[in-house]
Amino acid sequence: MHWPFCLAKCPYCDFNSHVRDVIPQARFRDALRRELAHDAARLGRRPLRSIFFGGGTPSLMDPATVAALIDDATHFFDPAADLEITLEANPTSVEQQKLAAFRSAGINRLSLGVQSLDETALKTLGREHSASQAIAALETARSLFERISFDLIYARPEQSCVSWEKELTQALDLASDHLSLYQLTIETGTVFEGRHRKGEIILPDEDLAAELYELTGQVAARFGLLPYEVSNYARPGEESRHNLVYWRYQDYLGIGPGAHGRITLGEALLATRRHRAPEIWAERVEARESGSTSEVALEPEERAREALLMGLRLAEGIEEHRFAARTGRPLDSCLDSDILGAALEEEYLQRRDGRLTATAAGRLRLEALLGALVL
Amino acid sequence: MTATPLSQIRNFSIIAHIDHGKSTLADRLIQACGALTEREMKAQVLDSMELEQERGITIKAQTVRLTYPAKDGKTYILNLMDTPGHVDFAYEVSRSLAACEGSLLVVDASQGVEAQTLANVYQAIDANHEIVPVLNKVDLPAADVERVRAQIEEVIGIPADDAVEVSAKTGLNIEGVLDALVTRLPAPKGDRDAPLQALLVDSWYDPYLGVIILIRVMNGTVKRGDRIRMMQAGSTYHVDQVGVFLPKMTNVDELGPGEMGYINAAIKTVADVAVGDTITLDRHPAPAALAGFKPSIPVVWCGLFPVDADDFEKLRESLGKLRLNDASFHFEAETSAALGFGFRCGFLGLLHLEIIQERLSREFDLNLIATAPSVVYKMTMTDGTKEDLHNPADMPDIGKIASIEEPWIKATILVQDEYLGAVLTLCSERRGVQLDLTYVGNRAMAVYKLPLNEVVFDFYDRLKSLTRGYASFDYHMDGYEESDLVRISILVNQEPVDALAFVAHRTVAENRGRAICAKLKDLIPRQLFKIAIQAAIGSRVIARETIGAMSKDVTAKCYGGDISRKRKLLEKQKEGKKRMRQFGKVEIPQSAFLAALKMD
Repeated sequence: MHWPFCLAKCPYCDFNSHVRDVIPQARFRDALRRELAHDAARLGRRPLRSIFFGGGTPSLMDPATVAALIDDATHFFDPAADLEITLEANPTSVEQQKLAAFRSAGINRLSLGVQSLDETALKTLGREHSASQAIAALETARSLFERISFDLIYARPEQSCVSWEKELTQALDLASDHLSLYQLTIETGTVFEGRHRKGEIILPDEDLAAELYELTGQVAARFGLLPYEVSNYARPGEESRHNLVYWRYQDYLGIGPGAHGRITLGEALLATRRHRAPEIWAERVEARESGSTSEVALEPEERAREALLMGLRLAEGIEEHRFAARTGRPLDSCLDSDILGAALEEEYLQRRDGRLTATAAGRLRLEALLGALVL
Repeated sequence: MTATPLSQIRNFSIIAHIDHGKSTLADRLIQACGALTEREMKAQVLDSMELEQERGITIKAQTVRLTYPAKDGKTYILNLMDTPGHVDFAYEVSRSLAACEGSLLVVDASQGVEAQTLANVYQAIDANHEIVPVLNKVDLPAADVERVRAQIEEVIGIPADDAVEVSAKTGLNIEGVLDALVTRLPAPKGDRDAPLQALLVDSWYDPYLGVIILIRVMNGTVKRGDRIRMMQAGSTYHVDQVGVFLPKMTNVDELGPGEMGYINAAIKTVADVAVGDTITLDRHPAPAALAGFKPSIPVVWCGLFPVDADDFEKLRESLGKLRLNDASFHFEAETSAALGFGFRCGFLGLLHLEIIQERLSREFDLNLIATAPSVVYKMTMTDGTKEDLHNPADMPDIGKIASIEEPWIKATILVQDEYLGAVLTLCSERRGVQLDLTYVGNRAMAVYKLPLNEVVFDFYDRLKSLTRGYASFDYHMDGYEESDLVRISILVNQEPVDALAFVAHRTVAENRGRAICAKLKDLIPRQLFKIAIQAAIGSRVIARETIGAMSKDVTAKCYGGDISRKRKLLEKQKEGKKRMRQFGKVEIPQSAFLAALKMD
């Protein structure tokens, strides 16, 4: 479920987020519910294993809206006993006060956008909260939710290994079973892109970035968190089940402005997309129950590429028979055999027990590896 | 226009080093004779090609007919034949000189005699020219008229006490030059009634008129309607127009002995006419051709490849169009594993190469990769057959070659004393043999015999940087000699890159190989796998470098909303890869080739 509104646009962010003076809460609650109902009717009853409220800033939602959408979803589909329901929240004081209400609405996993525990860095990143507010929000969250995660952005301009190790250790001391640790990237169309082009933002070079990445793994491991995906670390069993669906290339329904989905319907695997502009999306839903802009059945080659580019991000890799069943193509027919051989030899890839896995070294160079490997 | 008596015609060319003011002087002469109004004068009328004006050099010979009422009361026709100043165009120079009886030797009074001036003035002396020294820029504070006068006498060996002192820039004493042309140059000789003999001095392609040929009539006359015959080529043409350059093209009834002008005769391409050929009348042919015909032979070759493979046809067309105007360069299709489809092109020299390349990019908007220039080697195979080698990549296995010869040049270098040491070191590093070393004032003149392949490598650039641009350099071909030459292959992950192969003397092979490997190491971006770069002679590796694998390139975030975009990026990346040059697991970006081929 995509909630497209934010209090402010962060200068590094290229997500589908929009700032409005007054968020039209009722209109978007109704539209989200209508689109969900429409899609549910089309899909029929299916198992429901996870719900994820992403954004934008979903913690700006009215908790009643969250409650209504959870009720709808569990009514339309067959919820699992351990249904995971995650909400992304920003650690401002206002949102901190709403956390209990979200808990009551049915949220059982909270993902906090902390981003940094360094005041200067938070300002540079354009965040609306301070480090102390983030710590306070984390403490509140810990008392309310059995599962919490938070995000940090590192490999920031002028960040050293020493300062990152200190910051990350402090974060892990605050306790968590799950962390998303992202290296800062410059995305097109963002404020940072312009500053980067002008030379005002200088990112760590490739070697330092790699060093920071390796350090991150070591520090996380000290606290019992393992990298189960390129940027995600968890105590075993505490992985985000919802995000695993993306990386394992399984079905997910995307509701709300700009939401993407991968949905099996009959023989077809559909790639679905909703209109990005919140108001236009809402108008479409109001007019014809869906904000869909495109729905394309993916060819086996396309499925294979998607399954590979997602699956090799995971430490568990790709299960070959599941890959073949999902994409309609045997794994080997999708790979350049020369590159595969070289990558196995170089230990960028491992192949055993019916799985193809990118090693830690392979995951670090995944773009180049995929570019060469995938046919 | 009535026929002008031979005694009232003077044909002359101007010899000068770049920047010594040849074109400016020519413009002044044109202006003084009223050939063009002030308004029509754009600076340097004769250098009409954009490139010529920018570089201050003449590429194609041009001519202009001036009318000058002299002090003796008679009106003279002065035909100015502008000549290319550069050695690459030595053959054009010799044709131009053959069309005249005398030369103005223009020397910058603040700079003195340069190497290039020497080469051309000796050619003029060989052509039996009467030479009138002109000291230009005498108005400059740095001008040292007496020193330069002495230098002309000492270095060139011609009297200079009656040198004309001018400033072409300010117009000072232009009258003196015109007067000297009339009084000091001999009038042309010739017989109106003899069968036509006209020297084909130059030809070029005019998009409106077709091929225009520039001629100097020696004997006889040619007029509109005549059927002319090229005595060497044997072909015949119907003359549509004859005319002269005033400097605008102006038709005349006929051209007679001693005159210069053009013929338009529906000739399709300049390749059909050979500069230096003799033109006669088909019905009354001359018994013999004029002396001195020799075709120009390319001495430097390189591959030209379009950066965008789709531009191959455009490159072919553009080369064809350029050849319409410049029959001296050659091209043939070539395929390179590294660079794709392109052309192997032959040039008269390095400047010629540079000019063609620049014209291709400017006039035809082509983005090209040029391989390192190579000279023509003469191979004698073990089976006794002889072969020319234009492309190092084609060099056969050394076991099949009995002997190999390389071309040498005789180079003249003029340089300030303080830089002489560096220049001598450079020459000996390049296997040079000193023939002569003399001093002219504070400047030394070194004459060296050098292998041409050492000069095409990067000699000129090195010379310029060692002497802060002060050295002046000129050369002419000086025959072939047997040599201990080897081909150095450059291998990327064990695969040879044909475009980077080169031939060098065994003594320098290792250093060159190392230099290229080091350069490639800096130029090829790190990739998924480590890359081995090697230089090898045959199977023996003489240098190696390793480029380590990239350390990190993964993007941090990738969730459900990113899949389509990521997949499309991947697909686009695969598309882009088709454009890359693939060496096993290694992709070499075009830019790396480009930079590696630029010697420095």
